[in-house]
Amino acid sequence: MATAAAQRTARTEADGAPDTVDTTAYQRAFDAAVAADERIEPRDWMPDAYRATLVRQIAQHAHSEIIGMQPEANWITRAPSLRRKAILMAKVQDEAGHGLYLYSAAETLGTSRDELLDKLHSGRQKYSSIFNYPTLTWADVGAIGWLVDGAAITNQVPLCRCSYGPYARAMVRICKEESFHQRQGYELLLALSKGTPEQHAMAQDAVDRWWWPSLMMFGPPDAESPHSAQSMEWKIKRHSNDELRQRFVDICVPQAESLGLTLPDPELRWNEERGHYDFGPIDWTEFWEVLKGNGPCNEQRITQRRRAHEEGAWVREAAAAYAAKHAGDAGETGATRA
Amino acid sequence: MTATGPATVPVIAALALGDDALVLSHRLGEWAGHAPVLEEEVALANIALDLLGQARVLLSLAGDEDELAYLREERAFRNLQLVEQPNGDFAHTIARQLYFSTYQHLLYAELATTGGPFAPLAAKAVKEVAYHRDHAEQWTLRLGDGTETSHERMRRACDALWRFTGEMFQPVEGLDADWAALEARWLESVTDVLGRAGLTVPEGPRTGAWSAGAGRQGLHTEPFGRMLAEMQHLHRSHPGATW
Repeated sequence: MATAAAQRTARTEADGAPDTVDTTAYQRAFDAAVAADERIEPRDWMPDAYRATLVRQIAQHAHSEIIGMQPEANWITRAPSLRRKAILMAKVQDEAGHGLYLYSAAETLGTSRDELLDKLHSGRQKYSSIFNYPTLTWADVGAIGWLVDGAAITNQVPLCRCSYGPYARAMVRICKEESFHQRQGYELLLALSKGTPEQHAMAQDAVDRWWWPSLMMFGPPDAESPHSAQSMEWKIKRHSNDELRQRFVDICVPQAESLGLTLPDPELRWNEERGHYDFGPIDWTEFWEVLKGNGPCNEQRITQRRRAHEEGAWVREAAAAYAAKHAGDAGETGATRA
Repeated sequence: MTATGPATVPVIAALALGDDALVLSHRLGEWAGHAPVLEEEVALANIALDLLGQARVLLSLAGDEDELAYLREERAFRNLQLVEQPNGDFAHTIARQLYFSTYQHLLYAELATTGGPFAPLAAKAVKEVAYHRDHAEQWTLRLGDGTETSHERMRRACDALWRFTGEMFQPVEGLDADWAALEARWLESVTDVLGRAGLTVPEGPRTGAWSAGAGRQGLHTEPFGRMLAEMQHLHRSHPGATW
């Protein structure tokens, strides 16, 4: 509380003379607020680099939600039962909703959804490397739920305590839905694993293909992660990439056992001394290649995204033209239907 | 002929209503990841989910939902030809939604009040369908009264799908509805919306020799077979498996 008051005081003092702002007073108040685990809100002063980092991270997160719809939507029309089809449709719909929350959170930092989408479409902003892998069988839908959403949750739960308020609050809502998806993915794989031999093989093949890419979702090793230290200092990030990756492996190994499936890593074993599972080396060459745009689906994903956007331009223009024509009308915007 | 309780649900009627919802839901599901704006990803998926929910209830009244969805051949499906039409551009999807959701809303409202075996389902679904209808109407206005391009696209879409609309008012065995009155109310509503959108009611026939009652009798258009092939492939590849 005291630090929030300090920040307010600093702001009030500085507001009187905007051109001669003594930013060190702001900086001190900001640092104190972060140190006290207080939330930074949109109208608070924040360092430019903090703002830029958040915009980049939240935008990338939002982009991942909407590009991430593609590999799963790939199976909506082929889902093998109506129940599974309903679950998958609901999940893909949730992802679009998560994209909306996150673009809104990013907009509180002074950017716009249009601007961010532009950067996605032109390749200036990235999305999670995992979505550059193809969904080749129905079991991939389960593997994505279990492993990819599982990794995302491991990454994102600490973000619910992130120092930037709008992002933290978006994550609370998103994590609730994500853990639901993760359980559904696990349950899908369990049904396959306990099904016919063909279904079991399908599940195992999917886990074999998605395991390593899921571990890569935590990002490069700590030694090669340039933004990490600063993000942790700002309390945007709470744990290092390697810490979270280890946590994820420790959670997954027993889950794989109860699924009756194996993880494709001959070096995976319990380390009594560390109290963690040891695991084999990650193919970082593959990771960097995918990140550079040379993964199996990079081209396809971004092309579909751009095409949807371009082919939808006339629809957005129509909505804008209609809104402009009817700006003064009552009752055309839903107000009378409330 | 009117059935009086769930034990005597007329199977043909349950299939007709259930297949309409199932097939349109599938078509809307094809939009996932392709919508013109993020809000429409949410809206189209939401409508698709509502319809799939209705389909599951209706097909379950007629038998096993998955057997009926995945193991029937094209000739055994009872859905309207309208709902199986490919998505086309956003205007085609909206025109299809306008025609169908107006019909479904009026029909369910009637089934909900006249009683009979479909009254409980209709009473619940009519609330969802009111939203679908509103969504379609709002977009018809925006496209019809938006830009020149959107107006032209909407006009073409309304024209192209018009010939499939007569089939909706062919009486369905086991459905107790006043079809002529339903059709009059439908025409009035669609005429009003198109008028407000600056569009005119298409002039072509609504009951061509082939389209009249065809889907309800298992006679479908060519794109439908391909849609079913995609929908049923995985299920049929693993006979007897559970998912």
